[in-house]
Amino acid sequence: MSTQPNGGRPRGPQTAHKSGSQIIVDTLVEQGVEVIFGYLGGVVLPLFDKLYDAPIRFIIPRHEQGGCHMADGYARATGKVGVVIATSGPGATNLTTGLATAMMDSTPLVALTGQVRTDLIGNDAFQEADTTGITRPVTKHNVIVKDPSKLARTIREAFYIASSGRPGPVLIDIPVDMQVAQISPTEPEVINLPGYKLRQHGHSRQITMAANVINESEKPLIYAGGGVIISGASQELRQLAAKANLPVTTTLMGLGAYDQNRGESLDMLGMHGTAYANYAIQNCDLLISIGARFEDRVTGKLNTFAPRAKIVHIDIDPASISKNVHVDIPVVGDAGLILTELSKVVEHRPRKAWFEEIAAWKEKHPLRYDTEADVVKPQYVIEELCRQTKGDATIVTGVGQHQMWAAQFYRYSRPRQFITSGGLGTMGFGLPGAIGAQVAKPDSLVVDIDGDSSFNMTLTELSTAVQYELPIKVCLLNNGCMGMVRQWQELFYGKRYSYSSLKNPDFANLAKAFGAAGYTVDKKEDVAAGIEKMLAEKKPCVVDFKIDRTENVWPMVAAGNGLHEMDGLDAFEMV
Amino acid sequence: MKHIISALVQNEPGVLAHVAGMFAARAFNIDSLAVGRTDDPTISRMTIVVVGDDRVLEQVRKQLAKIITIVKVQDFVGQDVVARDLMLLSVFTPPDKRPEILSLIEMFNAKVVDIGPKFVMVEVSGPETKIEAFIDACRPYGVKNVVRTGTVAMARYARLRSN
Repeated sequence: MSTQPNGGRPRGPQTAHKSGSQIIVDTLVEQGVEVIFGYLGGVVLPLFDKLYDAPIRFIIPRHEQGGCHMADGYARATGKVGVVIATSGPGATNLTTGLATAMMDSTPLVALTGQVRTDLIGNDAFQEADTTGITRPVTKHNVIVKDPSKLARTIREAFYIASSGRPGPVLIDIPVDMQVAQISPTEPEVINLPGYKLRQHGHSRQITMAANVINESEKPLIYAGGGVIISGASQELRQLAAKANLPVTTTLMGLGAYDQNRGESLDMLGMHGTAYANYAIQNCDLLISIGARFEDRVTGKLNTFAPRAKIVHIDIDPASISKNVHVDIPVVGDAGLILTELSKVVEHRPRKAWFEEIAAWKEKHPLRYDTEADVVKPQYVIEELCRQTKGDATIVTGVGQHQMWAAQFYRYSRPRQFITSGGLGTMGFGLPGAIGAQVAKPDSLVVDIDGDSSFNMTLTELSTAVQYELPIKVCLLNNGCMGMVRQWQELFYGKRYSYSSLKNPDFANLAKAFGAAGYTVDKKEDVAAGIEKMLAEKKPCVVDFKIDRTENVWPMVAAGNGLHEMDGLDAFEMV
Repeated sequence: MKHIISALVQNEPGVLAHVAGMFAARAFNIDSLAVGRTDDPTISRMTIVVVGDDRVLEQVRKQLAKIITIVKVQDFVGQDVVARDLMLLSVFTPPDKRPEILSLIEMFNAKVVDIGPKFVMVEVSGPETKIEAFIDACRPYGVKNVVRTGTVAMARYARLRSN
């Protein structure tokens, strides 16, 4: 038995000192963290030793990028802050794709990275990397802690910054000596961020101006983005659209913000948006943008975008306003609060001619594909999935053609139902993203609609799904190539399919090797049964649908064209 | 058009990297940058000279304000400001040219701060145009070295009061 109760340290009241690691864990618990995704390494061992006893669920991915996407999927499914931990050097550099993905789509994340001892920093020590330098452009904020007494405050500030305003990832780099330092806990320090000011309530004069132009407009259109979902403003959006009688189109990131089963929904706009949404944009006299940022995939050729429209732009990020298009009436603040105020002052207008015009476009140009073909069409797989899941599954995707088909042919009715890497377009997001969403919603049906190339990038995380018994479903639309690249090569590079084909593994058997279930479907008549089997599985499950390799995503606004110049409106007839 | 942006920043490590990185990432050009502590040791001031049209400058201002450690951003465009550069310039001074050069220094209200056998080091401050003119005036004698701080600026009191 030791005669030195303090483990050899000078005697004193034991409560007087805590390790930096303990303070980190205590502060994470204080911030309401329930689950952490992370991977071990030398300089985070002290922290992991304290996490061992913490009341926090821990999920180990197989690669830090996967862990970061999982935290991202968790955050997108819940609106809570996702937390990821990685070690120094390669652990931290592996996070960068995940951080950039979260940054572009405004997902709240807190990333904690280990760092070599402060006295070794700058010496090219083992597993040293300039983590704050590398991650600066892909985080909302980052900081290295060099004083252990600032650990708690820094973590509190990180959660506040990550989750407020326009959310985003915040990284805290923590040298290992900060984790082992013994410090006396002091009074909880208040957050001190003199440079971080938020504007929540929209300016009342701007709101009045917006209401006036809405009331005067003959052909208004709401263009809603991911900001509506982040703000939790779907209810308020519906209220405004109903009160003022406004049609609604959403961006890819905005899918689910407005129930697509409602008549006023024009579904998605943009490069692969619906013809009726794009025509409505080009013909409206007032465009009300809410939590969207006029990205190039949405606007097409900028100087022909919404040529007849006055533009109202509601956004919490002042830097988003007038960045790409000139805005007539900016309203800076939280979408939910602004829409509530706006709803009070708008008036109902019939706008019969406008709705008839839209109905005619809808009638003439619905989304369609060749339903008669003998091969497995990806759109059919998604429609069948939507039918069997009653449009209620949480859908996560990779990036490419399958992502666009998932956006077009599944019908989304609630926010946070569609989780996708929109801004960065990160192939490989689907599987880990779905794992994160399933961790967040253990009782929900989570389906990763993925492409073979995207799936290949992170499929090692199947092992994570199996370890934690997460019953995610992978609906793999396998065309044996990088489909979207192939489509561009077909259309714009004279059908020269330069290095866009892959030799794939047998995905069903691979899934089985991981301990998941796996099926292959290569006939149209087996699609429905394949989806049935997938949905009935209790284990993680991969169904490999061998789809028509030559299928393209239509309609398409080719790069450099205006939104009204869509190709492929009659594509189904060309097959 | 040249804009002088004045930013109050938290005096913390990494702030300059955040600012410089943002400028590089968004393809904005910095003409000059001067940083120094203010009377409050926790706050520094950056004076950044940027060239661009109004749309670019609006983005520069907004993107700077977005950086967490930047407390306040101000664009001095259209304001009455005192803007100054400080320069140290070393000019070749053969004995026969010395009086000529010394009178030039006097004319520019500059100061000799070091004298060597062949060169004098001159300290001169003032608006950028004056600095440039002094360099041009010294050029015929042979300029050995030039060090400039970049512009610092402050709005005039009358202007501040009227706000």
